[in-house]
Amino acid sequence: MENNKTQNRRKFIQNGVRLSLLLSLGTVTAAALRKVTTDDYVWQIDPFECTQCGRCATDCVMKPSAVKCVHAFALCGYCDLCGGYLKPDSINRDTAAENQLCPTAAIERRFIEEPYFEYHINEDLCIGCAKCVKGCTSFGNGSMHLQIIHDICVNCNECSIARVCPSNAIKRVKASEAYLVKGDFSRKPKA
Amino acid sequence: MALEYFDVAVLLVVLSLASWLVVKKRSRQSILWLSVFTLIYFGFYRNGCICSIGAIQNVTLSFASPAYTISLTALLFFVLPLGFTLFFGRTFCAAACPLGAIQDVVIIKPISLPKWLNKTLGLIPYLYLSLAVLFAATGTDFIICRYDPFVGIFRMDAKFHMVVLGVSFLLMGMFVARPYCRFLCPYGVLLSWMSRFSKWHMTITPSKCIQCKLCANSCPFDAIDYPTNEKEVLKSGLGPKKFLTYALVIPLWIAAGVFVGNRSHTFLSKANPDVFLAELLISKPEIKNDKDNIDVQTFLSSGKTLETLVSEAEIIRHKFYYGSMMAGGFMGLVIGLTLLNTVVFRKRQDYEPNRSNCLSCTRCMDFCPVEK
Repeated sequence: MENNKTQNRRKFIQNGVRLSLLLSLGTVTAAALRKVTTDDYVWQIDPFECTQCGRCATDCVMKPSAVKCVHAFALCGYCDLCGGYLKPDSINRDTAAENQLCPTAAIERRFIEEPYFEYHINEDLCIGCAKCVKGCTSFGNGSMHLQIIHDICVNCNECSIARVCPSNAIKRVKASEAYLVKGDFSRKPKA
Repeated sequence: MALEYFDVAVLLVVLSLASWLVVKKRSRQSILWLSVFTLIYFGFYRNGCICSIGAIQNVTLSFASPAYTISLTALLFFVLPLGFTLFFGRTFCAAACPLGAIQDVVIIKPISLPKWLNKTLGLIPYLYLSLAVLFAATGTDFIICRYDPFVGIFRMDAKFHMVVLGVSFLLMGMFVARPYCRFLCPYGVLLSWMSRFSKWHMTITPSKCIQCKLCANSCPFDAIDYPTNEKEVLKSGLGPKKFLTYALVIPLWIAAGVFVGNRSHTFLSKANPDVFLAELLISKPEIKNDKDNIDVQTFLSSGKTLETLVSEAEIIRHKFYYGSMMAGGFMGLVIGLTLLNTVVFRKRQDYEPNRSNCLSCTRCMDFCPVEK
């Protein structure tokens, strides 16, 4: 009989605590639901805040980095002397490998007509080091800029580049507007 | 992104299936296969992100930061396992967690740890949880994700020290079964609270325990409570006096925790990049001439004044001031309650799973000779 009583009391306490745990879980959920969004988040670089520090190439969990250079052709000056393509301090002004800025030769230069050239980024070769972006921003129109490419990015809960980004240029953006492309904002870069 | 919602659906299915397999079907084989599926899908295919463990930080940040809105999938990943655990025990740990699954498949020869060591190491998850909440709430860092030892293995790509950490956890896990789950996992803390009061927790025996002791050493996680030996208890001198003493020192433990938190808030706040930069610029002004320090150079060229940075850093440090004291107080409470628990005598007649520590892996069931 006494044993039964203890059993009952224990059961009562258990039920009571279970109910309060359920209620607190519900409260937390309800409180969080007030700030919930059904649109998932992804990470993206704001090209206007990026300072081309080069950490995108070194700090991404993906090797090579999920950050790639994208080119806003609408902003490009199609220069012959491209600040993003050629080293500013090269000895000869020609397109020999030692005069190119890109360490992986990911920029392809195509002749259009004298004196205009079109610059294409080979995404498979690009490592996101931002050397060309720095050159283009310093000497050109800033048409080359960095973006996180979402079919490479694994969308870490906390982006390891965002943590070390000195200018806080990497932000959570809504997955429905996953790119912050310069120039024509309605156009998304080739996936 | 429809895939995220598909993940939630998969999680829901795996949780339901695991709960049914553990509580009703009582099948170790099926649980093993289900955890292999989890390992492949959530681990290697989805690269272990987002997971319920890390979702603690998203929920915390959504409360702490007005600018951050949590995504529905992250919230569901946080809530669903907790809800299931409140009714069925930690079936999430048994088969729905990729971090648990990868450790579960490497258990070769589990050794039994002494009780005091189990209890002491069992305090680490509480510390990890309070630090994770503190860092997430101050917008400093998501340490659970950053120091997740297995995500590098899932991605087959990580920094060297993280690979070393992951591999050593797996090597250790061959003998000390599921070390991350038992002695680190911060989500396990929340799950153990839920599991302790779960409605239909699994039992070792399908009907009535005959005290054959066959299951006694079957649990690799030391999560089976033995029947109490009243003679031994009488000898040990447990009683209301000891209980009262331990209960009365709890406020002292809390006070000590608050004190330690107060003392360490300056140190902890240095993990925040803004605080770190502000301190660096004040203590070493000559660093401004260091062309190689990217953070300093970016700050100098940003046009932001040092005063703005310092006032921002002060706000963050202020948050750390209260946060560390709360975390310290919480740790004090946990230590006090853990000690109190050691002097509480609970009558137990049968071999039972310890509801907070039991991971519902169902290994013990195979050792029970009792037929249904």
